[in-house]
Order: sequence, then C-alpha cells, then structure tokens
Amino acid sequence: MPALPQDRVSSGSPPETPAGGASSGAGYNQPQQLSSSAKTRFRTSSSALADGAFRALVVACALAVLAIVGLILFELITQSRLSLHKFGLSFLRKTIWDPVVEDFGALPFIYGTVVSSLVALIIAVPLSVGTALFLTEICPRQIRAVLSVCVELLAGIPSVIYGLWGIFVLVPFMRYYVEPFLARYFAWTGLFGGPKIGFGMLAAGTVIAIMILPIIASISREVIVAVPRQQREAALALGATKWEMLRIAVLRNARPGIMGAVILGLGRAFGETMAVTMVIGNRGEIARSLFAPGDTLASVIANQFAEATGDVYLSALVEMGLVLFALTLVVNALAGLLVWSVTRGMPARSLA
Amino acid sequence: MPDLTTHDISWSRRCKNYLALGTITAGALVVTVPLFLILGTVIYRGIGGLNLDFFTQLPKPVGETGGGVANALAGSLMILGLASLIGVPLGVGTGIFLAEYGRNRYGNVVRFTADVLNGVPSIVIGMTAYAIVVLKQGHFSLTAGSVALGIMMIPIVSRTTEEVLLLVPHPIREAALGLGIAQWRTTLSVVLPSAKGGIITGILLAFARIAGETAPLLFTSLGNDYWNFRLDQPTAALPVQIFKYATSPYDDWHSKAWTGALVLITMILLTTVAFRLVTSRGVRESG
Repeated sequence: MPALPQDRVSSGSPPETPAGGASSGAGYNQPQQLSSSAKTRFRTSSSALADGAFRALVVACALAVLAIVGLILFELITQSRLSLHKFGLSFLRKTIWDPVVEDFGALPFIYGTVVSSLVALIIAVPLSVGTALFLTEICPRQIRAVLSVCVELLAGIPSVIYGLWGIFVLVPFMRYYVEPFLARYFAWTGLFGGPKIGFGMLAAGTVIAIMILPIIASISREVIVAVPRQQREAALALGATKWEMLRIAVLRNARPGIMGAVILGLGRAFGETMAVTMVIGNRGEIARSLFAPGDTLASVIANQFAEATGDVYLSALVEMGLVLFALTLVVNALAGLLVWSVTRGMPARSLA
Repeated sequence: MPDLTTHDISWSRRCKNYLALGTITAGALVVTVPLFLILGTVIYRGIGGLNLDFFTQLPKPVGETGGGVANALAGSLMILGLASLIGVPLGVGTGIFLAEYGRNRYGNVVRFTADVLNGVPSIVIGMTAYAIVVLKQGHFSLTAGSVALGIMMIPIVSRTTEEVLLLVPHPIREAALGLGIAQWRTTLSVVLPSAKGGIITGILLAFARIAGETAPLLFTSLGNDYWNFRLDQPTAALPVQIFKYATSPYDDWHSKAWTGALVLITMILLTTVAFRLVTSRGVRESG
C-alpha cells in the first residue's frame, strides 16, 4: 500500500457509524460498543476497575493529541505576540524585511511560497494523475507492482537529499539547459527573464514537484479505484474507446477527489522546507521572473530562526510559522473534504 | 474488460485514443526518472567516501582530510530512539482509543485532530518544540529534537494502529468477552497480538518518515561537532550534518554530504523493506 497518503485521506469528517448505531452493511469489522450494562453485569469490581484504568489510559493518549495541537497553536500565538502587536495586519502586506531596524513584512515570503508551489503543481499534476491512471487502468499487473514501489520510494527519500541533489545536479542542469531554452523560446511571457543562475523559483518548483508527485499519485489512485466499475462498463458498452471511457466515466467521476489530491499536494508543497531552502536562492524579494531567487515562509524560518537575535525578529519569524500553519490547515481541510466526497463511506483500498 | 470496440471506430477517434494512452504511459514512465537519477547520483558520488573512518571518526575541521560523522550517526540514533519512546506509546494508545472506544463523536474529533497534526509542516513542529523545550531549558538539546520528531510520529502510528485494529474480526473480541475476560485484557492480549504485524508496520513507517527529517532539528537539537550523550546538550544528527556539508563551499564537505546521503538513504530503504516484509507476512496470515 502507498505509504504516506492514507493517513490523511479522511480528514474532513470521517464516515464512521455512530456508536451503538446499527452498523449497516459494515458487518463484523465494525466494532460496536457493548451497552455498559452488558459490559459490567458479570464483572467483578476489580476487573471493572482495571477496565476503567485502561480506558483512562488510552483516553489520556487521545487527549494528548488534542493537547499537542492546542499547544502548537498556543505557542505560535504567544511567541509571535510581539510581532502581532507591533505590525498587526500590515505584516501580511509589507515587503520589507530588516532585522536592523526591526521592521518586518511577510509578503515576499508568502508570494514565494505560493508561486513555488504553483510551479510545482503545474509540473506535478499532469504527471501524477497520468501515473495514477496508468497504474489503475492501463498497466499490466507485473509492471504495476514495480512502478508503485518506485513511486513509494520517491516518497521515502528525505527532503535534505532532494536538496543535495538539487544543488549539485538540478541547479546546474537548470542553468545550462532549461533556463537558456526557456529564455530563448518563452521570453515573451515575461516569466523567464534575467540572469540564468539556476538557483531560484523554477528550481524550487521543480524539486517540490518531484516531492509531491507520490502523494498526488497515490491519492488520485485511490479515488480512481473508488469509481464504480459499472460506470466504466456503461461507457464501453456505449462504444467509447478506452480513452473516451477514462475521460467520460473515470476522470469525470473522480474529479472532486483528484482535486482533493492536488490540494493535499499543495498543502505538502507549502510546508516543504529543506529542499526548497537549498535551491531557491534565499532572497526575500518579489520578482516577476521565475529565474529570480526567492524565499518561502518555511525556508526563511529554516535559515534565520536559529540565528535570530532580538525579540521582535524572533517573534516575526514565529508569526511566519503561524501564517504557514493557517495556510496548510485551510488547504488540508479542503482537500480532506473533497477526497471524502468521492470515496465516502467506502474504504477505497478494499475495492482495489 | 473485453474490448469490444476495436473495429468500426473512426480513424480520428482511434488516433486520439492511442495518442492519449501513449501520453499517459509516457508520463508514468517519466515519473520514475527522478528516482533513478537521485538514487544513481547518491550512490555514484557517495560510495567513494565510504570507509570505516566515516562511521567511527569525529568530523575534522575544514582543510583537514579524513574524519567521519560518527557523532552524527550516534546522535541520530539517540534522537530517533527517544522520539520513538514519545511517539510510539502515544500513537498506539490513540490508535487503540480510536478503534475500540472512538466510534463516536469524540473519536471523530480526535481523528480529525490527528489528521491536522499530520498536516502541520515539520518546521512548525520544530518551532513548537523550540518554544516548549529549548526556551524552558535555556539551550538547544537532544530532548528538544526528540520531542519534535516524537510529535511527528504520533499521527502516523495512530492512524495505522486504528486501521489494523479495525481489521481484527469482531467475533474474536466477542469470543474473548464471552469467556469472561475483561475488556482491557481482551484488547491487550487478544486484539493487539493479532494486529501486531500491522502495528509494527505503522511504527516502521513513522520511523522511516522521521529518520530523514531535518527542518525540525535545525533549531532544536541544532548540531554539534563533538560527541554528546547528554539529553540536555546540542546533538549532531545525520540529516542536519548533510545539510551543513551540502551548503558549505568546500569540496571535501560536499563529498561527505553525498556519503552521508548514501548512508541515510540506505537506512531508510532498509526500514522500508522491513516494513514491506512485515506487511506481506501479515497479508499472508490473514488471507
């Protein structure tokens, strides 16, 4: 099974039957809670005590999860208090970043996060949806196993190694081949101007694209598998070619779920830190050209947090973390809802 | 599905069909290219620096050749070990809660929160660990790094634990309860053992995921050029060391970064392979 994505699929509102309710069709796999009288009637008091203790223990674990998320939010807000107080909402639209005079604005970094992630999506979405379609609908069984292992391995490579590879392989390749090519044929778009140094938005977007490919591919795959077989058969019976069938029956039905997968990938892209830090060039300025170096919320935190001196400086960096947290929260919730709307009720994997 | 449509379709539709299917296939193959490129480069550039010194020596200062990353390897293992001590019990406990007691509104809240936690960027978790450990202690430390990584483990472990516990057939629980065994013993000595393989899978998965994490360690465990075995002192970790070497201007350090990457990737792949072995055995047992 693909490793990373499942643990996110049902964020949103998971489709479990409520306790004690009739588990329609779920059969024996859905543990129902026994009514408390049935549980305790034949029990001695000591084992009832032990039951209570065990229950309290696992409830404590669950509460710890709630507490941790609460704590993250709490710490982000209290630690960024100074900056929140001093800059207010202007923090989000100022482009200045000057530790010396302690004046900070996050706009270039928000811009960098969004643009590098969008570049990544433009590259990754067609490839990963294609991979998902290929794996579920086209490829022969033997190749399927190999290819899905490859995709899984891609998800297992640590960010810092993508960054290392980015610095020494991807960046030179961008500088000597990709950027001259783009500058020559697509300069009219205005996106590919300026010095060709390799480090920059484009390189960052490309690395992020490779990193979010697996997650988009494997969730799209689950969503595609969840499309009822009858839809495919109906399309074929009406005389559709395979591609027409995929387009009419599969992609159309899976569209919201694939959108969810894409948005989930976007959430991942927003938070991506190390690889981006290593190839984006680290300059907090807004430039139109994708060749220009930039900075993201995550990369500026990675670069400056450990060395930040001054309370306002530190708290401005924490506020960037808060902005990043809020961005990913919204994006992930939206994605979970969309994926759930397609796979709802059915654990997609059991249909595979 | 039998393809009944190969004749009597117009030339243009047939062309479009082959073109689209071909593009999809090509796209899927392109996806594997970066994997082989990255693995290939890491092996090619990393294998030269692989020797005993790399695993047993401390880093040498710039300009001196030789030396290794022994302290970073040890530091990584300690951080990961301590992180597992935090993440595994909490994760498994939460998973048990979700599967055995959480088929209700409260469970949904916890499930949703765990998903939120899973989506929090690792660097933000690092900041939190900085705030709750480093600021309180007054300096960067091994503990702070472990707290950050441990928090990251929880949602992964809890999700897999819940999933495999739900796969344990309900009649098994009923049989145990029917024999008069208390519910907590049923969970601990009947349900958990039959789901053991799956839970170990989840733990390995989480382990592989956090083993390469760098961002949350940057300002928690920080790094260290010497040995450290104390919980309250800055500690070197392999991913952070790779980052430091990779972004340095020295060729010797670059080659160290590649060798470090090779070691790290091998470690993670071995864990993943172990994970696959455990899962495939689990499937055979239950199927």
